[in-house]
Amino acid sequence: MQVTMTVNGETQSHDVEARMLLVYYLREVLGLTGTNVGCDTTSCGACTVLLNGESVKSCTMLAAQADGEEITTIEGMASSEGVLHPIQEAFREHHGLQCGYCTPGMVMAVASFLKEHPDPTEAEVREGLEGNLCRCTGYHNIVQATLAAARAGALAP
Amino acid sequence: MIPASFEYRRADSVEQALGWLSEDPDSTKLLAGGHSLLPLMKLRLATPGVLVDIGRVPGLSYVRDAGDHVAVGALTRHRDVEISDVARAHVPLLAHVAGQVGDPQVRHRGTIGGSIAHGDPASDLPAAVLALDGVLVIDGPRGRREVGAGDFFRGFLETALAPDEVLTEIRVRKAPRGWAFQKFNRRAQDWAIVGVAAVVNGGARVALVNMGATTVRARGTEEALAAGAGIAEAAARAPEGLEPPSDLQGSAEYRRHLATVLVRRALEEATASGG
Ligand SMILES: Cc1cc2nc3c(=O)[nH]c(=O)nc-3n(C[C@H](O)[C@H](O)[C@H](O)COP(=O)(O)OP(=O)(O)OC[C@H]3O[C@@H](n4cnc5c(N)ncnc54)[C@H](O)[C@@H]3O)c2cc1C
Ligand code: FES
Ligand code: FES
Repeated sequence: MQVTMTVNGETQSHDVEARMLLVYYLREVLGLTGTNVGCDTTSCGACTVLLNGESVKSCTMLAAQADGEEITTIEGMASSEGVLHPIQEAFREHHGLQCGYCTPGMVMAVASFLKEHPDPTEAEVREGLEGNLCRCTGYHNIVQATLAAARAGALAP
Repeated sequence: MIPASFEYRRADSVEQALGWLSEDPDSTKLLAGGHSLLPLMKLRLATPGVLVDIGRVPGLSYVRDAGDHVAVGALTRHRDVEISDVARAHVPLLAHVAGQVGDPQVRHRGTIGGSIAHGDPASDLPAAVLALDGVLVIDGPRGRREVGAGDFFRGFLETALAPDEVLTEIRVRKAPRGWAFQKFNRRAQDWAIVGVAAVVNGGARVALVNMGATTVRARGTEEALAAGAGIAEAAARAPEGLEPPSDLQGSAEYRRHLATVLVRRALEEATASGG
């Protein structure tokens, strides 16, 4: 079936199998491998992307369900000149990553969270990122990075 | 994990979905948010031949003040119930429970109709709807019918919905005060090991998550309260007549104990909040 969607501001249109999951469409058809697959069971959040500005787990959505919609992946966060998005900058500044596997999903989850909670408390950040697992950092610096991004007024792209 | 092949059709109206369902109800499945169905399809525990996507049927996402009750469209996402002003004012229990489902990503996709139609005993919203004396509005080839929540949840993943019907609206009684929800889990994001939704105004109704094959009421507790018992005494009767599951999260015995503790906390909280 034909699916057409806007990904990081560009229109994409491809003939895919109905059963193709959005994450595989992004990674394998569009070559946007920044979005990772961790658990493949809707638990870890590594595959988080924005659907019309809201975080979703792209391993649990069909590409067909995104037809006509707007998707933002980690590749769409930095400017075309390579200037990091304020959330990415905050992760770098506060060492919010170690191996980096969870990071693309974390950054997208944070982007959605800050839109809904522009001035969050630390507790709200911890609750708000409950859909994303990190096996390295112990979360502390991710939470600090998110609070710093909020202070910097970093909303979604 | 990739689902088995299926044919995908996107419905523009309930009538169109009903028409497609009627062609082959047994191998056709409705897709709403997909957050119960797609995981099952990826594990190949569900292999529908045709998937009818109702996710974009217009007019089925709303939370409305309907006088003596609040009406919620079946396609309303958990997030939209959670932040609805109408829900927060008149059925804060429902708004609160919607905000406890899974994680933000799940709440951005999953719908109240999908959660009710799926009929999972571990789900939170069915218990809230049962405690709120809910009514499920169902459209089908034989017209529209309304089923009370008490008759709707039949068994494990089994409801009063026939395979050729669509759940279109969920109605709940207004309960601005005197409510509580207790969810006990071991990690953030997890399903409840046991959960309790309680409404104490106008005769107490206490519904339990994960205490049987489907969402159930704590009849022992309700009877005790109606007979004038105190909270502790009523809560001790919570597991009466129930057969909770044993699994990796906890044994049946542990769940029975947990139910007494959580029901007590829920009743104390509900009473304190103006019951
Ligand atoms: C990681 C994760 C964590 C979760 N945690 C929780 C939790 O803590 N608590 C909780 O309660 N739930 C939890 N859920 C489940 C979540 O709430 C689902 O969104 C919900 O159960 C199903 O809604 P849906 O719209 O996604 O339905 P779908 O998956 O699209 O559909 C589910 C079933 O209902 C049928 N159906 C859907 N809509 C209708 C309709 N209108 N009429 C008739 N049949 C219909 C479908 O055919 C299918 O059989 C979790 C899910 C995930 C993936
Ligand atoms: S890969 Fe999608 S949630 Fe883990
Ligand atoms: S940085 Fe390694 S999983 Fe998060």
